Amino acid sequence: MQTEKAQGRLAAVLSDAFLILYFLFALFPLVWMVLVSLKSGPELFTTQFVFTPTIDNYIAILFGDARAAAGVVAKQEFPRNFMNSLITSSGAVLISLLVGVPAAYALARYKFRGKEDLAFTFLSFRFAPELVVIIPLSVVYRQLGLYDTHLGIMWVYQLVTLPLLIWVLRSYFEDISPDIEQAAMIDGYSWWHVFFKILMPLVRPGLAAAALLAFIFAWNNFMFPLVLGGSNVQTVTVASLGYISSAQGFFNRMAAASVLATLPQILLALSIQRYLIRGLSFGAVKG
Amino acid sequence: MSKQALRASARPEEMRFPWLVRARPYLILLPALLLLIGILYPFLLGVYYSFTAFNFKVPDSQFNFVGLRNYARMVTDGDFLYSTYITLAYAVVSTAIELGLGLLVAMLLNRESRIAKIFTPLLIFPMIIAPVIGTLVWKMMMQPSVGILNPILNRVGLPSLEWAAVPETALFSVALVDIWMFTPFAALMILAGLRSFPNAPFEAARVDGASFWFTFRNLTLPMLTPFILIIVVFRFMDSLKMFDIIFAMTEGGPGNTLMTYQLTAYRTSIQFQRLAGGLPYAILLYIMIYLVSMYLIKAWGRAQRRAAGY
Repeated sequence: MQTEKAQGRLAAVLSDAFLILYFLFALFPLVWMVLVSLKSGPELFTTQFVFTPTIDNYIAILFGDARAAAGVVAKQEFPRNFMNSLITSSGAVLISLLVGVPAAYALARYKFRGKEDLAFTFLSFRFAPELVVIIPLSVVYRQLGLYDTHLGIMWVYQLVTLPLLIWVLRSYFEDISPDIEQAAMIDGYSWWHVFFKILMPLVRPGLAAAALLAFIFAWNNFMFPLVLGGSNVQTVTVASLGYISSAQGFFNRMAAASVLATLPQILLALSIQRYLIRGLSFGAVKG
Repeated sequence: MSKQALRASARPEEMRFPWLVRARPYLILLPALLLLIGILYPFLLGVYYSFTAFNFKVPDSQFNFVGLRNYARMVTDGDFLYSTYITLAYAVVSTAIELGLGLLVAMLLNRESRIAKIFTPLLIFPMIIAPVIGTLVWKMMMQPSVGILNPILNRVGLPSLEWAAVPETALFSVALVDIWMFTPFAALMILAGLRSFPNAPFEAARVDGASFWFTFRNLTLPMLTPFILIIVVFRFMDSLKMFDIIFAMTEGGPGNTLMTYQLTAYRTSIQFQRLAGGLPYAILLYIMIYLVSMYLIKAWGRAQRRAAGY
């Protein structure tokens, strides 16, 4: 009995020790990113954990660099990149909501021919290698004048945001009993009324969470704006490569830009934590 | 909704136009169907282009039909087998480790422990950061002059590494970033699975004096199968087509060390402007992913029905 208890305690201590090790691995890069973003140029090379913190990098990122204005170093346009990410990602989510909410409802409620095939075609956007679509799109976009435009990027982001919204929302609609709708319709309410006044309030938390998650995924996308955009729509993800490849090696600037580009994401993700598992698994795991 | 239910709920004007009732799902889906065309059209165009000599530098070359020449070139390319190997190696290694580590972390987090309680909400951080940015942070940590990983290795008595700069450790370096980024995804899914389990069978096993391993092998693992398959679907498909991490770390280098199908397709079609030349790699990858995902999704459906007790 005594040894069993001791064994149990040993197992608990070892388990906690392993968790601490794992979370050191998981969180250290983020801590390091914040630390580097607070270092001055020389301290970048001479210090590790102990240094005099400065917010110069953030000021330079947000309001411009005196040396950049003088043409000594390459100009970084973080605020513009940030706006581009914001516009393209929120535009993409809006389009997906307009198109995806009714689609999710139809796929959840009605039986019709080709239903599952259609649902899986939307899902396949998420799993197909993007280049199959965006290599030919780079030709089509140049013909249509959509190359390097916000609308063009929003359109192609549908590959990321639409399957997520359709599948997650479909699972939320399926959770609602059709009896509720039927009861309301028998009471004489129109289909529109039932949909907007009864169904939408029921799925709203899930809908908001799915939309925010879709926003995060669009924001994180790199390949679409890299291939289909130029300087006009350059997002933070594409711009972040420039800091490290420029000859000066602005690691501290890059770190500051990374912190600013990641902070909104982390806040959004924390706010939808309860719904995250269903969102990340496209409705497959109810969490 | 059943037919009777639809009829019962149909309003007068709909009774006069029964086709409206039957067409309603399609009408509701119309915007999505239009969008679908906008995505499927370039896809089919891409398949067509892969049979032409389309080149950005040569105008009108998209009409030069060359049959299977681009595919033949891909298969006979000296780097093709290596490219296949590295595509699969990256996907298998990172998915397997993410699954194993995620399972372990989830089991450890699913205990009565203060540390587990504090850590669980922090799990999402690595996977919420943009993959490119996360990779650049790792690249900075691996960097010889400002990096921190080598000083840490030296501190614990290990020699410095050259990380992604040399072929020997390049795959390890990018897989490490993938594992860092997506193990939390695996852990979260498993954790959701563990928390959804009914208590009774585990209680019964405990009363009968079953060992930890016996319970794990005969209860926990079979019940986790649908969750494990979800992780494999997402992670294996995504790592087969991984672009961001490899591109941000080395752009496929050093040499051709990390030139997966995706990287080869990008380099040929976009960087070298030989648009048609890269498409066969992307299409081959598409077929691979399609076949594997169909198999995995079917297996998931079966596992879920079995877990539900049918």
